[in-house]
Amino acid sequence: MEEIIKLEHVNMQFNLSREKVDSVKEYFIKFVKKDLKYDQFMALKDVSFSVNKGDRVGVLGLNGAGKSTLMKVIAGVFKPTEGTVYKNGVIAPMIELGAGFDKQYTGAENIFLYGAVLGHSRKFMEEKFDEIVEFSELKEFIDVPLKNYSSGMRARLGFSIATVVKPDILILDEVLSVGDAKFRKKSEKKLVDMMDTGVTVLFVSHNLDQVKRICNKAMILEKGSLVAYGDIEEVSNKYKEMIE
Amino acid sequence: MKAKILEFRQYSNLFVELVRKGIKLKYRRSYLGVLWSMIEPLLTMIVLAVVFGTLLGYEGKDFPVYILAGRLIYSLFSQSTTNALKSIRQNEGMIKKVYVPKYLYPLSGIVFNYVLFLISLVVLAVVALVLGVMPTPRTLLAIVPLFVLFLLSVGIGLILATAGVFFRDLEYLWNVGLMLVMYTCAIFYYPDNILASDVSWILEFNPLFCVISNFRSCVFGEVMDGGMLLYSFVFSMVTVVIGSVIFSKNEDKFILYI
Repeated sequence: MEEIIKLEHVNMQFNLSREKVDSVKEYFIKFVKKDLKYDQFMALKDVSFSVNKGDRVGVLGLNGAGKSTLMKVIAGVFKPTEGTVYKNGVIAPMIELGAGFDKQYTGAENIFLYGAVLGHSRKFMEEKFDEIVEFSELKEFIDVPLKNYSSGMRARLGFSIATVVKPDILILDEVLSVGDAKFRKKSEKKLVDMMDTGVTVLFVSHNLDQVKRICNKAMILEKGSLVAYGDIEEVSNKYKEMIE
Repeated sequence: MKAKILEFRQYSNLFVELVRKGIKLKYRRSYLGVLWSMIEPLLTMIVLAVVFGTLLGYEGKDFPVYILAGRLIYSLFSQSTTNALKSIRQNEGMIKKVYVPKYLYPLSGIVFNYVLFLISLVVLAVVALVLGVMPTPRTLLAIVPLFVLFLLSVGIGLILATAGVFFRDLEYLWNVGLMLVMYTCAIFYYPDNILASDVSWILEFNPLFCVISNFRSCVFGEVMDGGMLLYSFVFSMVTVVIGSVIFSKNEDKFILYI
């Protein structure tokens, strides 16, 4: 089996400031008082695993277990403090939809901007423009600045742009809750269609039934460590024990 | 290195989009739009020419051209470096969510200011023609100091962008720094007296003064000062090297501090 993702001894460490200091005045006062302390926090501890091509891996764990951090490390947003990440193929990271959207830009302008953020050419986006607009059902609002969109509309636009590619690796982080019930159904169907083309999937969810339905493998993260990785049945039983 | 070039090719579209966004959003919702790039320098030129022309008693008919040329270059430098300084924090939302080569942010901030600058050059051309400063073949050489200025902006911009992530106060400090740069650039006065005095180094060691001085020479069809050109070029190259090194050494840490 071909390995498409491989992590070796990945550590991820953050500096957490105890309180958010965002004004210069506050910063200056704290700086003078030497009150700017950071806590070090290990979000991922020595995580190693590999994923074969075509696997659909469910990522389970309680809040704060490091699931999203792990997804961001694989997507390349974070560079691990230690360890290495190998990946082979085009990744569609559906982690936070609409990263890079500009509120002053209209929907249409944001399609091109977000497309560029995801690494697509303008020509490609021009070809896919109608498809995106149609899927998002935002035709009449497409020339309205994004700041006038509702959060559901923004999410729909983000989802429609992110799913327009044919990726090798699909990272889904709690995105199956986009928009209203109707759109949710439609987006779930689209994702299932994408999965059927044989892409590798990393699927983060708290919904165990959903994970069991979609995935053939699963992993459990606990406080940043990988505590279980293997067949879906085995791991989901373990997870059930864990949460009870 | 090869990987970097491939990566830049992949993201070249994003680079174009970021430059486009800077230009589009700068004047969005203003009636005159991009025309402001020409009106604004014209108005400041008139103010400076009236104030300093009368105060210092400069009689020359082409004094407004002299002022405008200096001011355009200075504001290009100050705006592109300030933009670069803020660029990482401004794009925090994007940096935290997707992977994008981070140098695109300061670089696009600089390039979009260059595009606006090219638009405002139209004003300089018109004012020069009206006041009888005719173009000569040497005028075309203006591209040389402008290229040096680009290097200088990129170098300083990368240094500021990196430092700006870790020290928020830098933004305010840099404003003061820019003021110092401005007064030692001979924008609204003739530098001859100072250049002849003991403190001539104040101007001569300022690379931006060298750029402005050479740019003016081109505008007025005179020969550029070779020493100044060399000095400003070497200075700029050094900042580019330092800037690239400290930026690439720290870019992976940005996300932990913004």
